[in-house]
Amino acid sequence: MSLTVIKPGLLDTIQDTGRFGFSSTGIAPGGAMDLYAARIANMLSGNCSREALLEIHFPGPQIFFEQNALISITGADFTPMLNDEALPLWKPVVVRKNSILHFNGLRNGARCYLAVHGGICIKKWLNSYSTNLKAGAGGLEGRKLEKDDELAFRESSIYFAGLLREGRDYQVLKWRVDADKTYQFPHEIYFTMGHEWKELTENSCHDLLQNNFIIHPFSDRMGYRLKGVPLQRSTDTELVSTGVSFGTMQLLPDGQLIVLMADHQTTGGYPRIGHVVNAHLPKLAQLRPSDTIQFKMVDMHTAEELLFSQQRELAILERACLDHLNELAC
Amino acid sequence: MSIVPDIFPVGDSAATISLGNRIDESLNGKIMAMQQWLSTHPFPGLLDCIPAYSSLTIIYDPIQVRPVAGHSSTIFEWVKQQLANAFGQTNVNRETGSTFHRVPVCYEGTYAPDLPALALEKQLDVSAVIDLHTSRTYRVFMIGFLPGFSYLGTIDERIAVGRKAQPVMVAPGSVGIAGIQTGIYPLASPGGWQIIGRTPLKLFDPYASSPVLFRTGDQVRFYPITPIEFEEY
Repeated sequence: MSLTVIKPGLLDTIQDTGRFGFSSTGIAPGGAMDLYAARIANMLSGNCSREALLEIHFPGPQIFFEQNALISITGADFTPMLNDEALPLWKPVVVRKNSILHFNGLRNGARCYLAVHGGICIKKWLNSYSTNLKAGAGGLEGRKLEKDDELAFRESSIYFAGLLREGRDYQVLKWRVDADKTYQFPHEIYFTMGHEWKELTENSCHDLLQNNFIIHPFSDRMGYRLKGVPLQRSTDTELVSTGVSFGTMQLLPDGQLIVLMADHQTTGGYPRIGHVVNAHLPKLAQLRPSDTIQFKMVDMHTAEELLFSQQRELAILERACLDHLNELAC
Repeated sequence: MSIVPDIFPVGDSAATISLGNRIDESLNGKIMAMQQWLSTHPFPGLLDCIPAYSSLTIIYDPIQVRPVAGHSSTIFEWVKQQLANAFGQTNVNRETGSTFHRVPVCYEGTYAPDLPALALEKQLDVSAVIDLHTSRTYRVFMIGFLPGFSYLGTIDERIAVGRKAQPVMVAPGSVGIAGIQTGIYPLASPGGWQIIGRTPLKLFDPYASSPVLFRTGDQVRFYPITPIEFEEY
């Protein structure tokens, strides 16, 4: 039971929901950039939501399935194709053995997730499957996927061949997820106030809330550098380093902002202007260089309620996916 | 010592307790004591702790905290109370389990690219800079930036210099200076610290039983070695 990378993509790595508990040694949680899409890919393919899966950037890889498999692709739309036919996103799909998955073109989003029923069999590093490129550990040998990498997945109790119609390379199963709500208004990003927000000049507070910011090409899994009206502090006090987190908006000395993403450093000494709310990190993770952002400040209560409502939706989904899959198991 | 802690949110799943914006051993000791207290009294949903110079940041999962948060107006308000408890329950002087490390450093040639310029800027002989750097036992105030990057301090003011304007690629084991801090790059990385030497010690080994050699609160003392000793280490 395995899949093989025939041709690697720009940056394909194994991820999960992150590696917590090691920040005090400088090892950041990492994990999938878009945790919502990653969790759903796992749920749709009948996995626990913390299972190892692939995070794919465009141009994507070519992947050969040696066995019949139940897969699911979520997140960005890179026009996934199985052999010569387009595959749907946000749905469970059974693919026939000896098929090739490739990605034909970038339609929208920045990274997509490929989960395989049974999960990818690799060893955990410090309790997580996530690839930490900087440490050179986690995932597959701490690196991005390369040509001829073979990833095994676990045996399944479902008889997939019985779900495939003769002459067809794949079968879309009947349930799907509507992810529109999480990604609606893709450029509107909510944040809560950071500790140094009050140090911004009145004009700069106004500028941050009223202007668009553009994602700079120097943006990656570590952070998004933004381009916009330079912001000013009313003080020049230097800060000693403190802990930061996924979503922290730091003000660089040149007045530009950087938003820390999944592979951020554990600590930083730049002023913390704000923090993107957790519920909007999936949207942000799907924006690309030259996309614009409009920031909107919300209070803690609103931020937490948004997260809870997203979580309620995920919990319902997880149950529904399991029910559907149980009907298929023999 | 009377400290008034400042507890504030770092987004909707993290919070910081800060004891002041400075590099100070007793504040750092208190931070470590709080971290230790939280690790022995964790609350549901506590995921991670990031001790820094004078602050402790915790990462939590609001979904897991929610059932225990009762009638708090927000999850953060409840978490804030936990940090206040950690502050109230800990004593600044109770530090345990710190390790003393002797660290060999070659302060010569290509191992020390920025040492001559630093000596010149500080109007010292190169040997005087080395003497000053090796004459103190430093505290590991925090680990951050890279896996295993240790922030040590504080160094003699006479060898304190600012960061480079532009980061350059730095070799693993490089020992640098930035302000009154000194530190060791565990991995090859772009870095802005002034590099005055290199250690053959492996500070980060992902597959060792504990991947990072130093821990916050440990004591570190450098000693000079020759290039030959470095190669043979």
